[in-house]
Amino acid sequence: MYELVVLSGKGGTGKTSIVGAFSALASDKVLCDADVDAADLHLLLSPRKISHHEFRAGHKALINPDLCTSCGECLDRCRYGAISDRFEVDELQCEGCGVCVHFCPFGAIEFPENHCGEWYISETRFGPLVHARLGIAEENSGKLVTLIRREARRIAEEKKLAGIITDGPPGIGCPVIASLGGASAVLVVTEPTVSGLHDLDRVGSLANHFQVPVSVCVNKADLHWETAHAIESLCREKGADFAGHLPFDPSFTRAQLEGKTLIEYEDGDGAARTAVLKLWEHMRALLKAR
Amino acid sequence: MIVAIASGKGGTGKTTVAVNLAVALDKPVQLLDCDVEEPNVDLFLKASITEREEVLAEVPRIDLARCTYCGQCQEICQFNALAVLPETKIVLTFPELCHSCGGCFAVCPEDAVLPDQRLLGHLEIGQRGNVRLIQGKLRVGEAMSPPLIRRVRQASSPNGMVIIDAPPGTSCPVIASLRGADYVCLVTEPTPFGLNDLELAVGAVRKLKIPMGIVINRADVGDGRILEYARRESIPVLLEIPFERSTAETYARGEILVEAQPIWKERMLLLHDAIRRRVADR
Repeated sequence: MYELVVLSGKGGTGKTSIVGAFSALASDKVLCDADVDAADLHLLLSPRKISHHEFRAGHKALINPDLCTSCGECLDRCRYGAISDRFEVDELQCEGCGVCVHFCPFGAIEFPENHCGEWYISETRFGPLVHARLGIAEENSGKLVTLIRREARRIAEEKKLAGIITDGPPGIGCPVIASLGGASAVLVVTEPTVSGLHDLDRVGSLANHFQVPVSVCVNKADLHWETAHAIESLCREKGADFAGHLPFDPSFTRAQLEGKTLIEYEDGDGAARTAVLKLWEHMRALLKAR
Repeated sequence: MIVAIASGKGGTGKTTVAVNLAVALDKPVQLLDCDVEEPNVDLFLKASITEREEVLAEVPRIDLARCTYCGQCQEICQFNALAVLPETKIVLTFPELCHSCGGCFAVCPEDAVLPDQRLLGHLEIGQRGNVRLIQGKLRVGEAMSPPLIRRVRQASSPNGMVIIDAPPGTSCPVIASLRGADYVCLVTEPTPFGLNDLELAVGAVRKLKIPMGIVINRADVGDGRILEYARRESIPVLLEIPFERSTAETYARGEILVEAQPIWKERMLLLHDAIRRRVADR
């Protein structure tokens, strides 16, 4: 079974639009939206939720004012500045280390489990989707990503499907690291700009670090061919697979406005659609060969 | 005045607005790149970097000569960064999981926990014209960006104008970037993805109780959904920027728009004025 993870480093390069198109093209797969911080794939796939689960991870300190004597022990020990002078815990600052709970001489600090989001298994017109919603301003995005990837894998195994396509988060931090481990391939969607190139380099290094093979495609390549070609050369130099260029095409946005994937969208000159078909064929052959 | 430029969705133009706003002002500005996972400000600013320092996190190292394998360090650690194996007399540490809470140091009865360090990334400071750049660069492979973001924030002076380029999303790195700002400017685009992620970002800013306004970038590529939402939620729309191919090309080359296109300077001065008035009114 394969797992293709689509990343970008830089945000807004077109990851979700491309995963949406792949959803319509690939057969026998599970879809997984690992951008739990700002998930968008559901906007193209109109999922019907089959099951709904709470995501709990870690704890938060909670001071019981009836027992608190304002001795200041917790204030001195908290490294995150999460406790106010009035002995209230700022839950946005609290990292749930439990040091204040342990050292409070009066046992005045409770440590309830933290409810930090939700995750869902849904049915879509292109097959099952596992997705999530991290609570606003919450932590533990990495754990939530790990959890939904595991669920996607479980479903794929149970239904004997060919693979998993995962829409990843931007950046190179905690949730991206959690999306990468054990994937069979990463497709980095970049754009022909100085920032696209720079961020590709960093996310590519991260994937190398985790020994996941990298493919690269340049979206909106015709906005700046010089940089698009520079990215292509860089890939060949570094031994990464260059998977193709996609044109700048308003059809992506128009399809999105209609809640459709590019493949289902009828209007437009078809340049982007042809390029995406080619891109998927490339990735499919690659995943099969592995 | 501290103004943070943020957005739920990536690639809407945060860095473009942050850099161009900073350069447009003819006065000293501190520009903070808090998108430490993918810091892009300096690709455009090209400041001369004059200071560079390592940013480290304190992590435990166990002195086995003193350790009695009592297991209290493992017990207090909520992040599974320590594993005590008394039978084999081994203590495993996982520095990459450590949140530097200090719990293991404080709890050890034998003083057997010694401070060690993990490299989070680098802090860099530079200057270009009126702009003082302060940026963080997360080490590739490092998962935790908030401590590095907080270090970037600390390196700035609260006096004068501070512009923060925040990371995308709504989770802890965004909170670390926005906390304490006087105003948040949310950059979005009028598409379903843009609106969905804007709503999440508005939720995060409301939790922090910071006043905010919206900049609609590529205002003509989608539909009227952002304007409608802004009206419904009584959030001011500070600026609308149309899509221009020439802008996209200038951006692609890494040039500063206010220096290439006079209309961008006008836009940024308007935006600055709108923000300043709203902060002053409070």
